[in-house]
Amino acid sequence: MTTAPVQPGVSEDQARALRLYRKMLAIRLFEERVNDLYTRALMPGLAHLYIGEEAVAVGVCEALHRDDYITSTHRGHGHCLAKGAALDRMFAELLGKEAGYCKGKGGSMHIADPDTGNLGANAIVAGSAGIATGAAFSAKRLGNGRVAACFFGEGALGQGVVYEVMNMAAVWKLPVIYVCENNLYNEYTHMSETTAGDPMVRAAGFGVHAESVDGQDARAVYSVTAKLVEHARRGEGPVFLWANTYRFAGHHVGDISREYYRAKQEETLWKTERDPLKIMTAWLTANRVADATWLDRAHSEIQAEIENAVQFALAAPYPAPEKVVEDVYA
Amino acid sequence: MPEVAVAVRELTLGEAVKEALAEEMRRDPRVFIIGEDVAEAGTTFKVLTGLVQEFGPERVLDTPISEPGFTGIGVGAAMTGLRPVVDIMFGDFAGLIMDQMANQAAKVHYMSGGRWKVPMVLRTTLGATRRSAAQHSQSLHAWFCHIPGLKVVLPSTPYDAKGLLKSAIRDDNPVVFYEDKMMYKLKGPVPEEEYTIPLGIAEVKRMGEDLTIVATSSMVQVALGAAKLLEEYDVSAEVVDPRTLWPLDEETLIESARKTSRVMVIDEGYERYGAGAELTTVIQAGAFYDLEAPVKRIGAMHVPIPFSPPLEDATVPTEASVFQAAMALCGRKL
Repeated sequence: MTTAPVQPGVSEDQARALRLYRKMLAIRLFEERVNDLYTRALMPGLAHLYIGEEAVAVGVCEALHRDDYITSTHRGHGHCLAKGAALDRMFAELLGKEAGYCKGKGGSMHIADPDTGNLGANAIVAGSAGIATGAAFSAKRLGNGRVAACFFGEGALGQGVVYEVMNMAAVWKLPVIYVCENNLYNEYTHMSETTAGDPMVRAAGFGVHAESVDGQDARAVYSVTAKLVEHARRGEGPVFLWANTYRFAGHHVGDISREYYRAKQEETLWKTERDPLKIMTAWLTANRVADATWLDRAHSEIQAEIENAVQFALAAPYPAPEKVVEDVYA
Repeated sequence: MPEVAVAVRELTLGEAVKEALAEEMRRDPRVFIIGEDVAEAGTTFKVLTGLVQEFGPERVLDTPISEPGFTGIGVGAAMTGLRPVVDIMFGDFAGLIMDQMANQAAKVHYMSGGRWKVPMVLRTTLGATRRSAAQHSQSLHAWFCHIPGLKVVLPSTPYDAKGLLKSAIRDDNPVVFYEDKMMYKLKGPVPEEEYTIPLGIAEVKRMGEDLTIVATSSMVQVALGAAKLLEEYDVSAEVVDPRTLWPLDEETLIESARKTSRVMVIDEGYERYGAGAELTTVIQAGAFYDLEAPVKRIGAMHVPIPFSPPLEDATVPTEASVFQAAMALCGRKL
């Protein structure tokens, strides 16, 4: 992604908003193209789209350094891109190509990239809670000043390991940011049917500093995360961020008929009133940070980058079959 | 008193394990121990006593009773620059940590196209006859052998335990290291000087002509005892210890089988679908035309390990049961 063109006189906050917007738009257009490739049978496997939740990933990652760690989830494309992954190698991985981040061996749910601190997306719900906490353990032990952000959905609140590692992170004051993306649905089940009490209190029960945020407002996500990261980096222990968001599409691309678990009206309301891109667009224009020309140009630039990346990935070769036995052991 | 004092030092298996850990921790500041009661308590088996005094509580780290959590932390720490030795008190707790081992540790390297590594050792125990009943007595190493990406080590002597553990700690892959609880007090020669034993090399523990007994971990001593009994009946048994179940030194097993033409495989895991089945298949496929009889496999009975001593003793292979099976395999009547 090219850096946002900043006009003279644009404040740091405004420049950041432009950057957040471009990153969210890149994720949105990336995911729309994934949906397109998938439904045209050009992409194998599973695709869990991040559309609607973009503000969480970009807001959190904006507050991180490049060498800070993240762990991601099955719905992880947004986290990987927000942390700095390149569009072409992302698409290549999703298509199972040798040029992908994991040489095609990981696919959509397992993108990992040491160069951007991405310890890997994980297809076991809460599967990376231990890994992120272990990375924070290393950061503290090695004294390298890094933090680890652990993305997981509200569905992961049902997994005991989350509380085990949160407890240890609190006891040992590890610099880890537990980012819970509450998109309201554990796959096809509303979180109110699965989750007792207040999740914020669960974190607070371990003495973990907890904040909640409007996960559709990238600027708000960034602001609160920046404070939380600072807390963790100072050595004051783990933090918990509860980000309220919404999954615009189904659990995965094939989840098309959704009325049995959520109303169309609810989806429409979120898409019209609570779209993170619309919210940011409104702020940018209201504050005269960007105009229609800038927005159009950003869109066409990113669209072109996406298209180039897709063409690269489609043309890229598959790994040779004999590669199947490589990388089992280091 | 012997005329010549032999200057080979003897250590127990527990002491050998501790010495390997201490040496590796001195050599490499990235190595640390994490687990339940590993520090002042030195583990429930007292194997680690003294390490926290030398290395401090930051490198010998007591955890809450959260096996999945601290195993997962080990995986993440291994990926990001440390070399954890995770202590899982009883091998039966494998069920608790299986996602961290099978879905995380084992697959990180492959799933990332070789870009992240997990240089981690998971030390745990196996073995029955300690009167610890069904949830503290199992030998579940076959579970880990089933998963690509893991290595599985089962030392049978203090010498092997030290040399193999040092190699395991230096390995860039997740290695599951099994110690037999009943062997912690077993003494054997361990030289003072530095040595390591590469993973994936079997050892012939006893040379023989008539029969090969392939035995793992706790069963090596049983096999050696049975071999002595067999000697009295002029049956010469060779005892081969694979030492690591993965990587597996197929060549040494097959070579011994081809030489003796009769083979037994003894492993303390459950016999059904166990490690013995894999060893048997490897040998049968590799030495088929040299075998006089089908490979005989003996493992733990297919029952939960019972508490009552006479019941428990009936579940695992013994010198007597191995001896009897060996005589039958050689067509010898008692």
